[in-house]
Amino acid sequence: MSVVLEAKHINKYFRKPLLFHVLKDINFQVKQGEFVSIMGKSGCGKSTLLYILSTMDTDYEGELYLNNELVTGQDRQHLSYLRNKHVGFVFQFHYLLSEFTVLENVMLPAKKLAEKSHQEIEHDAMEKLKMLHIDHLAKKRASRVSGGEKQRVAIARALINNPSIIMGDEPTGNLDSHNAENVFNIFKGLSEDKGLSLLIVTHDEDFANKTDRIIRMGDGKILL
Amino acid sequence: MANWPVILNISKTHLLTKIKQTSIAALGVTFGIGSYITLVCFMTGLNTMLDDLILNQTPHVHVYNEIEPSKQQPISLYDDLKGSFNVVHSIKPKLSQKKIHNALPIINYLEENSSVRAALPQVKTQIFYIAGSIEIGGNLTGINPVDEASFFNMADYIVEGSAEALETTDNGILLGIGIAKKMSLKVGDRVQVSPINGGIFPLKIVGFYQSGIADLDAVQSFTNVKTVQRILGKANNYITDINIKLFDIEKAVPLAKQIEQQFDLKAIDIKTANAQFETGTTIRNLITYAVSITLLIVAGFGIYNILNMLIYEKMNDIAILKATGFSGTDVQLIFMSQAMIIGFVGGVLGLIIGYVLATLIGTVPFQTEALPTVETYPINMNPLFFLIGFSFAMLSTFLAGYLPSKKAKKIDPVRIIRGQ
Repeated sequence: MSVVLEAKHINKYFRKPLLFHVLKDINFQVKQGEFVSIMGKSGCGKSTLLYILSTMDTDYEGELYLNNELVTGQDRQHLSYLRNKHVGFVFQFHYLLSEFTVLENVMLPAKKLAEKSHQEIEHDAMEKLKMLHIDHLAKKRASRVSGGEKQRVAIARALINNPSIIMGDEPTGNLDSHNAENVFNIFKGLSEDKGLSLLIVTHDEDFANKTDRIIRMGDGKILL
Repeated sequence: MANWPVILNISKTHLLTKIKQTSIAALGVTFGIGSYITLVCFMTGLNTMLDDLILNQTPHVHVYNEIEPSKQQPISLYDDLKGSFNVVHSIKPKLSQKKIHNALPIINYLEENSSVRAALPQVKTQIFYIAGSIEIGGNLTGINPVDEASFFNMADYIVEGSAEALETTDNGILLGIGIAKKMSLKVGDRVQVSPINGGIFPLKIVGFYQSGIADLDAVQSFTNVKTVQRILGKANNYITDINIKLFDIEKAVPLAKQIEQQFDLKAIDIKTANAQFETGTTIRNLITYAVSITLLIVAGFGIYNILNMLIYEKMNDIAILKATGFSGTDVQLIFMSQAMIIGFVGGVLGLIIGYVLATLIGTVPFQTEALPTVETYPINMNPLFFLIGFSFAMLSTFLAGYLPSKKAKKIDPVRIIRGQ
């Protein structure tokens, strides 16, 4: 199976307020279709790692490969493009644009990518919403839907450009067990049916146990 | 690279959902531009009127024979004293004729010049207006009334009667309104005038002249060239002044120089004669622009403030846009386009409001003794002002939007997302 994401000797320092070595020589791979969770105590650097992997944080040492392409050292414009095309992101706090409708929120990354016509994008977006059983919310303002629904909208948005990998920063952290279960099942389905890679940071032991692989972190290192 | 439809769609949604803030920001620009347009139209209107008061009647080049001492005294022509230091005391002006020698051929020559719109002859003389035993000193100028009316706006200053009436009436006079008041005369009456060298001539009053300058109106009257020539007992080639109107006022200085050299006459151009009016106009314009720019800068700060606040409110949106693949430049363009839309809408509204206000001011009655033909406040609707106003609206909103949007461009999405 091909490798979607690979980290080689990643080191990161926080310089303020004191010099602090957050990530110490991180090496790992995520293969296609793999459902990986990252676990660890608060402050162990797992979210920091995730933001480096997402290409949003560029202040690190080491090398990062996305689809076997070296990402480290690319200019921000190109990183934005890679993020847009290859990475879908789901956050703990849904992070929808509250002034736009659900459908517009889902369509936005695809419009930015501008590889398809408006009709195709709208069609795709409706497909994703249907798949997640929230198509009846399409015309509602993002600020008017419930928390669990928002998270599903965020997942639909993450999927719109058919990315290589979906990253989540505690996507179930803010949801009750019913909705958390729901989101997990969606992820599981994506991994099994669509062959999508998933990399999810979580605190939830139950959630992590159901994934293919758990990367445990402590004090900035991967624990074996 | 920039995806305009998406960017504009986002800024449109931002602006429309915060319609109150948007309209306040736009109103700031509107008032700035509106008051600028009103102010500048009104001020330059007044300026033009004040300048026209003098300049309209002033020829671009005024040619006459100056009474002055000879530049070369005879001693300097005497070869034996060449190179020595000569002192001549008590120099007197040279006796010469007041009339312009060969005036009619000169006028013909000037009329043929392609940059000359008109060259009009005048005969100026001092006379006395005689009322019983009282003699009032004054000036009588012989003119071609219809030509003067068409080239020097003479008609604007004729309060009763007309230039045509003067042209067609033999021995007619267009009397200064000040003299008419002093002597209790009305149109149709006769006034007796006497030139300096004697004789009395009765002239028929065909109208009154009011320049708006009281001192001038108390002495100045006009009649036909021929009538003055007759009063003075001179031939019809007796012309004391030639007034030249040009197509392009900028050519006045070189033409005046050329005439002085070619004909050995005194030629005064309008710039030299009326330098003080230009100074006044410049200073008034300066004040107008200082006030307008202050207004526009205040409006610019308003936009800056509102955009800054908008960006603080939209931190999350900015982070999410960046996380989903929008680049910093895209985000900057989103906020810049919002600023420019505010500037555009505010600017256009400002132009409309300025136009309406200026038009309103233009209908307010404004009557004054000094300005016989002015009935309402003068307004100068120059399209250039609208262009300047609009450009400034766009420029100030660009600057006001640039700094906040630069900040939005630099926002680190990780910090916002993790800060939650």
